Amino acid sequence: MEPTINFFSGFNVNDLWFLGEAALRTLWISVLSISIGTVLGILFGWVLFEGKWAAALSLAPVLDVFRSVPLIIQLVLFYNFAPIVGLNLDPFGSGVVILTIYTAALVANVARGGIEAVAGSMRRAARSLGMSYLQDLRYVVFPIGGRAVFPAWVGVALGVMKDSALVSVLGYVELLKASQILITRTQEPFLILSLAGAFYFALSYPISRYAATLEKRWAQ
Amino acid sequence: MFNYNFHWRPVMKSLPDLLEAALLTLQVAVLAMVIGILIGLCLALVRMHLKGPVYWLASAWVELARNTPALFQLFFFGFGLGAFGLHLSPYLIVLAGLSFNCAGYLAENFRGGFQAVPDTQLRASRSLGMTAWQAYTRVVIPQVFRIVYHPVTNQMVWAVLMSSLGMLVGFRELSGETQIFASRTFRIFEYFAVTAVVYYVIVKLILGASRLLAVRLFRY
Repeated sequence: MEPTINFFSGFNVNDLWFLGEAALRTLWISVLSISIGTVLGILFGWVLFEGKWAAALSLAPVLDVFRSVPLIIQLVLFYNFAPIVGLNLDPFGSGVVILTIYTAALVANVARGGIEAVAGSMRRAARSLGMSYLQDLRYVVFPIGGRAVFPAWVGVALGVMKDSALVSVLGYVELLKASQILITRTQEPFLILSLAGAFYFALSYPISRYAATLEKRWAQ
Repeated sequence: MFNYNFHWRPVMKSLPDLLEAALLTLQVAVLAMVIGILIGLCLALVRMHLKGPVYWLASAWVELARNTPALFQLFFFGFGLGAFGLHLSPYLIVLAGLSFNCAGYLAENFRGGFQAVPDTQLRASRSLGMTAWQAYTRVVIPQVFRIVYHPVTNQMVWAVLMSSLGMLVGFRELSGETQIFASRTFRIFEYFAVTAVVYYVIVKLILGASRLLAVRLFRY
């Protein structure tokens, strides 16, 4: 009798570690790009607000491109563009760069909305109390505008966390890519996809609920 | 700096194919939006008016759609259902995934829209002798429509951008077609650059059309 060869093996405990590691990579790339992207985005938002027509003609269209082209295309494009200009980036590096710019483009709009949410009279009052421009930004605009757009920012951050799954096209083994690899080997798509989905859900759901409660509380 | 010769000719040669694929992208996005709007309306109404298992089912749908990556949802309709012997074609995978996602996001928009119309208006129109149907179609819905118009437009843009994920499940819409051409000719950067432009134009066309329509619709 011919011995049968089995290419597939069942799901075991080691695979859980593999998934866990991949989940950490998802977290790492998200946290990195969200934090850098947010700082950049706030800066861009301020430029958009103060720059008037100059920013509307220069920065705004550039940021707009990142919001109008699918993230997956941006990733492939940048990954293949970087070597042309002599940058040798691994999938992780390219992913962080694009996710960061993408976050910044989204946060820029949020940040501008936040600055606009602070009434002009309040800012003039702050200035006439003797605050410098920076003090006005730090002690008046940031706390008030920040509250107004914090829920929107949480939405952007969670969106980027979910979109980080797309870095898998470049071959970066984050959670979804890892589950795809496991599915190919174990042929147990339902179980593995449920695990991966549960991780994203467990991360995203409580944060979005918390942001919603904060929004409600601040609205009062 | 540029040690790379750009070859645009193969891209230009296959441009008609790419544009045809872009039509497929639009088609799937529009279909997904139509289905998403219908289901989203049902979900929103169920979540506002019903209790019990139907409420939980609708809530689970909305929260799952909003708190997991779109790519995960596509994989789920792809491999996940495959586990139950239900093998969908790439077209159906993308359509189902996008509709599921859009319905979840739109349901929240619709709920916000319905809640923005004060209850008193419904009661006032009822006491003027309108039937419930008349009150809804003549008083409530027109106002809700105005509120959700821009979120729905945004969701339409998202649907177009999200359909690019079809590339990862073997669907030959704009991105998938581009990938096939790119791997056939190795002009990856050139192909994806052109595709990015096509997406940008599609998004701008949708936003422009929506703005024109808004001017005509909301004259009063």
